[in-house]
Amino acid sequence: MTSEVAGPAEAVAISPAADPGFLQRYGGTIEYILIPGAALVGALGVFGMFVALFGKSPLDLYFYMYQGAFGTWFSWQNTLTRAAPLILTALCTALPAQLGMVIIGGEGALLIGALASTSAALTMQSAPPLAVQLAMAATGMIAGGLWIMLSGGLRQYRGVNETISSLLLVYIALAILNHLVEGLMRDPTSLNKPSTREIGAANMLGSIPGTDVHWGLVFGIVAAVASYILIYHTVFGFAARVAGGNIRAARIVGLGVGKLIMTVCFLAGASAGLAGMVEVAAVQGRTNANLAAGYGFTGILVAFLARQNPLAVIPVAILLGGIGASGGLLQRRLGLPDASVQVLQGIIFVFVLASDALYGRIGFLKGKS
Amino acid sequence: MIIGEAPLPSGPLGVDAVAMTMRFGDFVALDNVELKVRPGSFHALLGENGAGKSTLVKCIMGYYHPTEGDVLVGGREQAIGNPKDAHALGLGMVYQHFTLVPAMTVAENLVLARDDVPAVVNWAREKQELEAFLGRMPFKVPLNARVSDISAGERQKCEILKQLYLKRRFLILDEPTSVLTPGEADEVLGMLRAMVVDDGLTILMITHKFREVMAFADEVTILRRGKLAGHGKVADLTPDSMARMMIGAEELTLQPPRVGEVGDVRLELDKLNALDDAGAVAVHDVSLAVRGGEIVGIAGVSGNGQRQLVEVLAGQRQAESGAIRVIGDPYHATREEMRRHKMSLLPEEPLKNACVGGMSVADNIAFREFDRAPFASGGWWLNRAAFRSDAEKKIGLYKIKTRTPDTPISALSGGNVQRTVLARELGGEVEVLIAANPCFGLDFAAVAQIHAEIMAARNRGAAVLLVSEDLDELLELSDRLVVMFHGQFVYEARASEADLTDIGRHMAGH
Repeated sequence: MTSEVAGPAEAVAISPAADPGFLQRYGGTIEYILIPGAALVGALGVFGMFVALFGKSPLDLYFYMYQGAFGTWFSWQNTLTRAAPLILTALCTALPAQLGMVIIGGEGALLIGALASTSAALTMQSAPPLAVQLAMAATGMIAGGLWIMLSGGLRQYRGVNETISSLLLVYIALAILNHLVEGLMRDPTSLNKPSTREIGAANMLGSIPGTDVHWGLVFGIVAAVASYILIYHTVFGFAARVAGGNIRAARIVGLGVGKLIMTVCFLAGASAGLAGMVEVAAVQGRTNANLAAGYGFTGILVAFLARQNPLAVIPVAILLGGIGASGGLLQRRLGLPDASVQVLQGIIFVFVLASDALYGRIGFLKGKS
Repeated sequence: MIIGEAPLPSGPLGVDAVAMTMRFGDFVALDNVELKVRPGSFHALLGENGAGKSTLVKCIMGYYHPTEGDVLVGGREQAIGNPKDAHALGLGMVYQHFTLVPAMTVAENLVLARDDVPAVVNWAREKQELEAFLGRMPFKVPLNARVSDISAGERQKCEILKQLYLKRRFLILDEPTSVLTPGEADEVLGMLRAMVVDDGLTILMITHKFREVMAFADEVTILRRGKLAGHGKVADLTPDSMARMMIGAEELTLQPPRVGEVGDVRLELDKLNALDDAGAVAVHDVSLAVRGGEIVGIAGVSGNGQRQLVEVLAGQRQAESGAIRVIGDPYHATREEMRRHKMSLLPEEPLKNACVGGMSVADNIAFREFDRAPFASGGWWLNRAAFRSDAEKKIGLYKIKTRTPDTPISALSGGNVQRTVLARELGGEVEVLIAANPCFGLDFAAVAQIHAEIMAARNRGAAVLLVSEDLDELLELSDRLVVMFHGQFVYEARASEADLTDIGRHMAGH
């Protein structure tokens, strides 16, 4: 009791004498890098054992993975091209996470965004390419945004778990896409793979000058940085963090939680919708079932590995993009099935989720308080 | 069904707690408390919330290890390191909340509770044995019914039967009737009373209902603020004398200076109704008017609807019906209304109700103002410098002890978390203040500071609604006092004229 009766001198809270140790100041940050890093290493170790079962050397595996992901300029470009949609779909999970929501339906918003942006491009064929591209981006973002808003609305106004509803909406999105691509929007000349008509070479997003990496990477990085600024430097983001941190505290200061949820869900879906637009306008040139390549799902992994931090999403997406990019090389050099990198992704996810239990429990990071 | 090596005397089992002291950090929960439960008696443990009742029985059951003091079972000193040790000595506890598995049958729950459940249960034989066991018991429960299908009263009976089935001879009941209707409560307690008289069971019951003490208990021990406030035979006591011991009427409470005139009605509740989480009516047709320059205190034992009432006022719960008006305007706890009427809220458990633990002290101080200048430039960009300078000012003014303004608020002690909320809620102008148990669990210095701030707000003309389980606090601060029982206001008086015994009786629903 006595320690609480502060004299006037003690009441000055910030005294230089109480200078915190290095660990006290940076322990948390180190933890956020160390634990996911260790989870990654652990997952690679287990994957190495998995590969050893096939009679391949794990050391070869790691070497080829590095080669395939970051070893050459060619593999770097491949990696970055794959990272672009991953950044955008990861934001679809990371933004709602600021509000305490677990949205895992980025794939659905990506598909709907792709469909909407393709429709926009196909209906304005005579317009100048820039206008078409802008319209594609806008429709893709709006459609994807509304799609995830559906999950947010179900949660806010009907009490439906947003994780489940967003996941189930993926399958509905896929069904809508297949329905339209095989029916109303089908290009009659696409015989063995039903597709929409091409959006036209003129309307395609080009590459960043000097590279083969398309502009989608820039979109992704801009979106991630903008998300970071929105969350940590604006009034809106502050309100979202209050509501996400403690909804009772948000209510007691009168914040409109419903509006926050709907807006954040819209932004999240818009980001994944933009990923869909990028895949159409920069890679596929049309919409078909190829778009369901799992970027939405890998984005969940990226977001969790990045601890839902929009800035950390960028390097993590590049890392995961690299793992994806190395799949081809592993197939060629080690004769591993193409899907083996998905096994690795699965193992990483398990490790990342399990490592959550370690936060705040690593003795040497605690410092002295 | 293993009961130690049987060094204990057979027959009724008595338990004594000698010189029990329990400290949690600086907080003294029990201070040299003595409890003597005679073998074969029905003993009641009375006290207000936070008086130390639960801490005392948890020490006896081995959940806590007392800082000082001993537990004697059957007259012998016993080292009870954990609940298992207590069980082996024949001590059992029935909790306020149910510990049965709802999806399983009563029989399954009873067998499951045993320490020696075999890998393969011979259900036919177990059922037979259970039937035989029930035949010896004064009350019956349907063995094959699922727990989820039986009433609260039957569940409570199951909990008690479970303890008897496990051959416990000394039962601790933690407010066993809080989930029961008065009829069910009388039935269950009556049967327990019969078992004490006929079968040599010993019971220690935590309660704050005088009626139950008077009707069923032989002896009573009364705690107050972690200290022994009195004990004796129930036959020698009256509800009035127990009320005095429980709430400490002997102590004089000093009223801080009051200035200012009582003004117009600021906060008005009109036939307000609200439900609790389980959907039962928690606040029933409550009407009240609080004027500027007065503090209206709401007294009551916790669980009588005060929490739900405050939650409605704080926007954390929807009212079922009725209206709230602030200075004549309908109020729905929106940010705009709170701001227009300069409303402030000091909820109980501030870390849970009013703060975001992971955000910094500076951020938490800014929750009410972050979307306005100077905190927000142009209405949307956070001005970090303003957060910091405002926080530094308020940290000094309200004596918040934190390492830096950027320290997460969850790293602060309870008193400093409450000071942070105080700085946020009372740092500006206040016209209506709603406070709920603002000093719960805090040390003396923090309490004094918070009381002074609340009184200062009143003296500046704010209308203050103070909900508290601490009667001393209410008597010290309130101008008017209302007692809430079972969701309704059952008593109202000017604090200066209030009769303590009367208040205590109304709080206990007597």
